Amino acid sequence: MAKIPVKMTVNGNAVEELVEPRMLLIHFLREQLNLTGPHIGCETSHCGACTVDLDGRSVKSCTVFACQADGGEVLTIEGFKGDDGGLHPLQEGFMQEHGLQCGFCTPGMITRAHRLLQENPNPSDAEIREGLSGNLCRCTGYQNIVKAVRYAAERMNAQQEAAE
Amino acid sequence: MNDVAEMTVEEREATLGGIGSARKRKEDARFIRGQGNYVDDVKLPGMVFGDFVRSPHAHARIKSIDTSAALKVPGVAAVVTAKDLEPLGLHWMPTLAGDVAAVLADKKVHFQNQEVAFVVGADRYAVSDGIQAVEVEYEALPVLVDPKKALDEGAPILREDVVDKDNVGQGPRRHPNHIFAWEVGDADATEEAFSKAAVTIKEDILYPRSHPSPMETCGCVASMDATNGVLTVYGTFQAPHVIRTVVALITGLAESKIRIISPDVGGGFGNKVGAYPGYICAAAASIVTGLPVKWIESRMDNLSTTAFARDYHMTGELAADENGRITAVRATVLADHGAFNTHAQPSKWPAGLFNIVTGSYDIPVGHVKVDGVYTNKAPGGVAYRCSFRVTEAAYLIERLIDVLAQKTGIDKAEIRFRNFVQPEQFPYQSSLGWEYDSGDYPAALKKALAAVDYEGLRKEQAEKAAKGELMGIGICTFTEIVGAGPTRNCDIVGLGMFDSCEIRVHPTGSAIVRLGVKSQGQGHETTFAQIVATEIGLPSDDIVVEEGDTDTAPYGLGTYGSRSTPVAGAAAAVAARKIKAKAQKIAAHLLEVGEDDLEWEVDRFKVKGLPEKAATMKEIAMAAYSNIPEGMEHGLETTSYYDPPNFTYPFGSYICVVDIDRFTGEIKVRRFYALDDCGTRINPMVIEGQVHGGLTEAFAIAMGQELVFDEMGNILGASFQDYFIPSAVETPEWETDYTVTPCPHHPIGAKGIGESPNVGGVPALSNAVVDAFAQHGVTHMPMPHTTWRVWQTIEEHGLNK
Repeated sequence: MAKIPVKMTVNGNAVEELVEPRMLLIHFLREQLNLTGPHIGCETSHCGACTVDLDGRSVKSCTVFACQADGGEVLTIEGFKGDDGGLHPLQEGFMQEHGLQCGFCTPGMITRAHRLLQENPNPSDAEIREGLSGNLCRCTGYQNIVKAVRYAAERMNAQQEAAE
Repeated sequence: MNDVAEMTVEEREATLGGIGSARKRKEDARFIRGQGNYVDDVKLPGMVFGDFVRSPHAHARIKSIDTSAALKVPGVAAVVTAKDLEPLGLHWMPTLAGDVAAVLADKKVHFQNQEVAFVVGADRYAVSDGIQAVEVEYEALPVLVDPKKALDEGAPILREDVVDKDNVGQGPRRHPNHIFAWEVGDADATEEAFSKAAVTIKEDILYPRSHPSPMETCGCVASMDATNGVLTVYGTFQAPHVIRTVVALITGLAESKIRIISPDVGGGFGNKVGAYPGYICAAAASIVTGLPVKWIESRMDNLSTTAFARDYHMTGELAADENGRITAVRATVLADHGAFNTHAQPSKWPAGLFNIVTGSYDIPVGHVKVDGVYTNKAPGGVAYRCSFRVTEAAYLIERLIDVLAQKTGIDKAEIRFRNFVQPEQFPYQSSLGWEYDSGDYPAALKKALAAVDYEGLRKEQAEKAAKGELMGIGICTFTEIVGAGPTRNCDIVGLGMFDSCEIRVHPTGSAIVRLGVKSQGQGHETTFAQIVATEIGLPSDDIVVEEGDTDTAPYGLGTYGSRSTPVAGAAAAVAARKIKAKAQKIAAHLLEVGEDDLEWEVDRFKVKGLPEKAATMKEIAMAAYSNIPEGMEHGLETTSYYDPPNFTYPFGSYICVVDIDRFTGEIKVRRFYALDDCGTRINPMVIEGQVHGGLTEAFAIAMGQELVFDEMGNILGASFQDYFIPSAVETPEWETDYTVTPCPHHPIGAKGIGESPNVGGVPALSNAVVDAFAQHGVTHMPMPHTTWRVWQTIEEHGLNK
């Protein structure tokens, strides 16, 4: 199948590649760019393991074509870091609150939680649960994931206040 | 002498991060950065992909397979069928249960989505095109879906390959669709107890077919290196060493030339114990092409072909005296194993450990009979987050005791107190053959009842009932049997179910620990380091734990059935004690005293009566490589192969409160309190996490999970659109609590925790739902308790009027 060129920014880096028009964004990221953080859990956009950020929105990259991201800005788990270059507050929160076990859903979960906190910097527990309802986890029972997101929200809000 | 010299004993102990410490997990550092290494992340030079042509029919004869068009598809390298595997003897494979299973369909397909051909190509897209182009002609055959009709005289015969065999691996059988009959207990004495009983109850209880569905599906990358003849297979294996042995047995390759690597595994829950056609086909394709071949299962393939669980059609009966004291239990079970007997149980246990069906109760006599049958459904019968059919047994007895309570009018908590095995009865010999190690069931239930204000809840329930509202209180006081197992009665393909640990202490006082089990999210890298830290006095932060590579880890039987802590955890403690014994000899040499003059304190040997004279483990480690007593060998390393003397018996008391909308049938879990006793607690944070996860899986099973088939054997709903995986929105909040009754035969007293919440959670939830309807004479409602089903019960009893 003839390939077409795509250009995008992935985790702040300019990327130019040739892809088959039918190539899914998740395969493009994982196989062409070797960004294996986002995972494939269901291929039907239910589980959210493949969640990445595309132009300021959470998308399930298993049901987006790579060419749909042409000209776009993509953020994957590999692009997360804290202000000091260390861990992002969400990464820290997941570790501190034991918000992960097998780790397979974690990259999608963190990426989705990041967008949620951009949309709602101070969510209630119910809002966190609602906001993460497109991301499935079979190990944790979500309770500690909610805590992890709350931990990050508090941390990020405190950083924000300190900066102001 | 060292940097911790100024610390108090308590501070030194805290520095170790040993048993009891809620230390953060070591594995998290890579997972939170997206740097885990799961099988689909493995990329080898020249790697190609493979995937299956699958059958649309549940039962059909294959008339022809035409691969010519597929081979012309750009990027397709090969199409493999049973005919191609036959010369290699790989078209069928032996199962762990003594049966055989088709690798690629040989003349017939036996279930929908069965593997018919394996297409190999440059990438996933080319393979997908190739699959579309393979032409298979089928002749449809009558389909057998209902296991209750499997043994009928005119039933379609499924397995023509074994039609003449009177034994397919697990004892005599009486029909071409019959797999085994298994019986335990005393049938006559049980019958006598029933005939004399003041009260008897009987209930038909189905534990429906469900699926473990971990977030990561199954997959592998097989790579045959033609230069040295070594076959390396990366894969989602819960039991890598067993897989290596099975591959050696199937292929005839020397086991030393097979390397199995389980990289990070994205959850297993029993799904990743078995050997699947994908592994065999990828390996065969790599052997033939000389290229690394990757096979990754789709979610639909996962739900419809690899490793279903349960499907136990049970009839349970209890006999009791007028005080509700149980005098006998009887269970008659029809087990639907699908097309091939590929269930994963220790060889001698065709129904797993189902005879734990006496539960937490002192039942003088019992009888269990299980018949396994073939149907036109995917093969399997794995334990979904449970130890070998324990979930089915716990569900049955915990439902039955509620039915008995309703029949006798005794409170559901009270009837449990009346029947509990008492603390002084341990070790307790059950009438169905198990020796329970330790427990204090009354204390656990008392604590649970107090925690939720049980009396207050019952009062509230009565008040609500008077207003026509539906509120249910579910109690479950389960006992598990885990940690398989003693090699005298537990084996898999003849291999004793021991497990192992190797410890190497390096000169500067850090260590590497390797085990025969394999974490799939349980946190072994964290918790096993804690066991060794406490035992040998080196900080857990300096102890690296490795598992999953058969070239480096000692042989073990893998992680399932909550066996990692009971068996491999015990091996870790025993290995550490061997290290410590050698360290003591070196310390005596360093301190110029006799071995008996030394005593251990946290991280060092001290001379008795001269506390300032001591050698720390760190100093001893260096000495092991530089200054050893005469006649001793250098080094500080050892391996332990631990054969557990018995199973372990974790238990718990769970209480669940539900409110049911009497107009819609919607169930709201208002409260769920889980008290677990897993003996010695290694890492409270990890334990709590495991309980949360297990309860959420229990919630999924009780409220929505079921693999359903139509009369043609079509699987209905093999995707996450239809198969219920609760999200954060549906999942209730969990309250956890604990008691500690150490296991008397385990070196550190631990029993295992991962599966308790699933085993105990399902009956607690189900009992709560039924309890809401108990006042209307309802004794049982089939799982899963979907809104539709609950609404039907409401409608039937006119409760929405």
